[in-house]
Amino acid sequence: MTVVPLSRLSISRTKVSVPRLDWTLVGTSGAILCVGTLLVWSATASNDILTGGDSTAYLHKHLVNIVIGLVLAAAVMATDHRWVRIVTPLVYAASVLGLLLVLVMGTTINGSRSWLMLGGLSIQPAEFAKLAVVIGMAMLVAERTENSRARRVGAVDVALMLAIAGVPAALIILQPDLGTMLVLSATVFGVLAVAGTPRRWLVGLFLAGVTAATLAVSAGVLKQYQINRFMAFTDPGLDPRGAGYNTTQARIAIGNGGLFGRGLFDGSQTRSRFVPEQHTDFIFTVAGEELGLIGAGVLIALFGLLLWRALHISRNADDMFGRVAAAGIACWFAFQTFQNIGMCLGIMPVTGVPLPLVSYGGSSMFATMMAVGLLQNIAMRGSSVPIGVRRTSGLGR
Amino acid sequence: MAAVLIRPSASERSRLRLLVLQALVLALFCTLFARLWYLQVLTGEGYRAQAAEQSVRDIVVQPARGLIVDDQGRPLVANRSTWVVSIDRTLLGKLAVDKREAMLHKLAKVVDVKPAEITARTLLCGSAGAEQETCWNGSPYQPVPVAKDVSQRTAVKVLEQSEDYPAVLAQQESVRAYPSPYGINAAHVLGYLSPITEGELDEAKKTDDTTLNGASVVGRAGVERAYDTWLRGMPGYKKVAVDSMGRVLGDSGEVEAEPGNTLVTSIDAKVQGFVEEQLKETIQTARATTDKVTGRKYAADSGAAVVLDARTGRVIAMASQPTYDPGVWSGGITSKQLKRLYSEKAGTPLLSRATQGQFAPGSTWKPMMTAGALENGYDTGTTLACSSGFQVGNRVFKNYESGSYGNIGFAKALEVSCNTFFYRVGYSFWQKYGTDTADVKAKDPLVTMAKKFGFGKTTGIDLPGEASGRIADRPWKLAYWKSMKGYYCKVGKQAGSDFLHRFAREFCLEGYAYRAGDAVNFAIGQGDTVVTPLQLARAYGAIANGGTLYEPRVAKAIVSPEGKLLKSFPPKVQARVPVKKAYLDYIDNALQGVARSGTMAWRLGGFPLDEVTIRAKTGSAEVYGKQSTSWVASYSKDYVVVMMVSQGGTGSGTSGPAIRKIWEQLYGINGLDVRPSKAAIPGTTVPKQLPTFARDGSILPPARKDEKR
Repeated sequence: MTVVPLSRLSISRTKVSVPRLDWTLVGTSGAILCVGTLLVWSATASNDILTGGDSTAYLHKHLVNIVIGLVLAAAVMATDHRWVRIVTPLVYAASVLGLLLVLVMGTTINGSRSWLMLGGLSIQPAEFAKLAVVIGMAMLVAERTENSRARRVGAVDVALMLAIAGVPAALIILQPDLGTMLVLSATVFGVLAVAGTPRRWLVGLFLAGVTAATLAVSAGVLKQYQINRFMAFTDPGLDPRGAGYNTTQARIAIGNGGLFGRGLFDGSQTRSRFVPEQHTDFIFTVAGEELGLIGAGVLIALFGLLLWRALHISRNADDMFGRVAAAGIACWFAFQTFQNIGMCLGIMPVTGVPLPLVSYGGSSMFATMMAVGLLQNIAMRGSSVPIGVRRTSGLGR
Repeated sequence: MAAVLIRPSASERSRLRLLVLQALVLALFCTLFARLWYLQVLTGEGYRAQAAEQSVRDIVVQPARGLIVDDQGRPLVANRSTWVVSIDRTLLGKLAVDKREAMLHKLAKVVDVKPAEITARTLLCGSAGAEQETCWNGSPYQPVPVAKDVSQRTAVKVLEQSEDYPAVLAQQESVRAYPSPYGINAAHVLGYLSPITEGELDEAKKTDDTTLNGASVVGRAGVERAYDTWLRGMPGYKKVAVDSMGRVLGDSGEVEAEPGNTLVTSIDAKVQGFVEEQLKETIQTARATTDKVTGRKYAADSGAAVVLDARTGRVIAMASQPTYDPGVWSGGITSKQLKRLYSEKAGTPLLSRATQGQFAPGSTWKPMMTAGALENGYDTGTTLACSSGFQVGNRVFKNYESGSYGNIGFAKALEVSCNTFFYRVGYSFWQKYGTDTADVKAKDPLVTMAKKFGFGKTTGIDLPGEASGRIADRPWKLAYWKSMKGYYCKVGKQAGSDFLHRFAREFCLEGYAYRAGDAVNFAIGQGDTVVTPLQLARAYGAIANGGTLYEPRVAKAIVSPEGKLLKSFPPKVQARVPVKKAYLDYIDNALQGVARSGTMAWRLGGFPLDEVTIRAKTGSAEVYGKQSTSWVASYSKDYVVVMMVSQGGTGSGTSGPAIRKIWEQLYGINGLDVRPSKAAIPGTTVPKQLPTFARDGSILPPARKDEKR
């Protein structure tokens, strides 16, 4: 390495200590929020039963959620690095408590006991649990690798990380919420991978997971109707009135959109309310029908851009916590987005996971906005550290 | 520690893994995009079709069926609105099983139909468990009617509490209404409708007949059937946007239904109503009268009355007893009601005695026999003995009440209805041409003449299901023997010497033989020869109008809903009877004599015969094992009136008073006073013009030329 890039040697940079926003992250997440707002509005505008006749009722509620989400994101973004470490155990404990409360006094919707009704507010603790697990694991791996001499992820680290993930996962399984469980598993796996868990461990874990799932099915832990529901995306006849109907109607709505879409607020299937849960889990069908391949494709591309940015932030993070947390968030968002859109497109099982930043619903909106805030936090720290340190770390390349 | 340092090796590993992760995410998102393209572009057409099918529903709008009006434009059959409760099968299928059952039970209670029947009605024909009678053969997407003619209260209840009755609709439907001017029933002329059958629907689909659909009703009898295609109209289609629960969000276009055309008939409601009333009263009177022969009250099980326009063969009135309320078919008939219509115990009310009832004509047959005799060697001066009895072989054929009138001519023989006179005529022809009893080709001038008057075959009236009657001639006897001899020969072999066994043995051996007894019976309208009242009326019409045999017609014209004449049905000449005018005049005179001084005279005392000349012939046909059939056939220059009461007694005795009253009504007669203005049909003759169809859709009586004068 004979040529040192100019930017790295720039004197002016060394003096910069003001955090810089990652504008790509801000831009893409803002664009996704805007599209999502329009979709939620369109999905609910003609649904008098839901809105009670006020076509903008859900638009207003959604905007309120976004504003709260922005405040939360800003708070997370501004929180000092060290504070994050202090707050993390509290966040984790709170979400485990929430999950416990759900099991004790939760409200059952669509067969899952996932909602906590608190004074007119419905909270879905599982959404926050995903964030808590990501930062909890990130913190653990950071503490362990930074303080240990070996600085390698060992068996104890993996066991501890799995324990952190395991508690909320077990509680989520009890709800039962298969969708969240899938997202959580994918996220945990991604975190472990990025944290540097040896490959044989990863393979072993993957096989163990598959075996566990197989055993669960064969041992009858899952009831036949649950299996049918899960598999209905391959054959709608397995659950014709439930998931089968949903997956069929979702495909019809999206197929109806064609290349250019029916136009916002003009989708016949959306207006006629053929797709259930269209403003929450099946929000993508609105994009599919009304915005067409072009519009829905742009939405997918925006998600791609957001995730690329998240992974970029992870790569450029200068500590283990930032790297793992950013990668965990990326895994979470990526898998949940794929799971949600895939479900609308009929290539993934019908499970109740929302589309990040788009679906209507406070819990999901707050959790994902906080995650975006955390990404921003990590990004800013990575960009504001003095050049000397960066150079030092750069030596490792 | 200003910054945490990551150990190069660990850092290197996680960087690599991040790259793998990045590639993985890219792959996942490419998959999503590919699938999106597949759904929206590659296979989008199919999804768009499905989307259109489920969000836009074609609802068939049944056309209003055409009116049926009388000669004065009075509606005989119209339409009325009724509430129909239907079930949307698609939505029903979306309900959970327990919810569906609960809802069906609740609905069953409200509309008063058994839950099992509602379920049976919603099954598609051809699907598992569907029964022919109840299954739905309409479109699977069309709501299935499960309760018809429900009260408005029920309908409103179902509509208002729609959340309690998911998948249930209440709609207004047009069904047949019978305004019944002058109390008419006319069920056998008008006919009825019933839902289309699977076979008919398949046929309509095959021939691209768009006037029919799964919810159509089709004419089954009477003019409703004969002119079904004219009356039907063209269904419309309404496109409505519906949501996932089938609730209508809005109309998105409609092809309006075209109402059916109006059928103008020659029936006159006033005459029809009066004739029906007279027939009913006659039967009631007969049932209260004791039969001197059997000593029992007359059974008077059925009867018919026909009024034809003598000049054209058009039907002015046609009544049949027993009858039924045609309204029972509107909006669906119950199986109990249907059973009654076919039941023999109730007298098979569905059968029109005027066109489908077949009875021995008795003495009303004699004018045709007279014509046959006069055209074949006899002349108007011929006289024959009217003795009290006439022996053929070893059997003596008697006159009615064994009366005798000495040597008389045809005219007198008709007046007094002398049987022995006509026996002699029949016997002489048999002796002359047909002594070989096995010769089926033997000449028989009387049979030939009866055929020329249109007996033994259908008249061709525009009402379906007409009976042909029967002339018991030689070929018929042979055919009958061939078909029955197996049975009778078997009976004959059994021991026994009662009438049946003796008859059976004789029949087995030579039942084909056309004996003198058959010939003489034929000459007075007895034996196996049977006619329909309509056939008899038409034959008398031919005598009245100078020899023209018309195909009787009920329909006069088809008029579009806008009042445009689409088709008219002119009188149709079927044949001319081969009888010289002089002979027809002779018979006409003789039948005048019947009314003035013959068998009908006692019923026409004080009737202004000089002003309104009535010709008549009575008949009391003997039927083995039954009471006699009462007949009166009568005509003027304008009309033919025939009445028949089965097991009703003598001709003039039972039917005479009613015949007189009908004539009085037709000509506006009160005592000796004749007032054409008071006649049932103003001016005493049938209107030549069609009713006037006003622009506003109302129908006014036809314009009459004689009124302008």
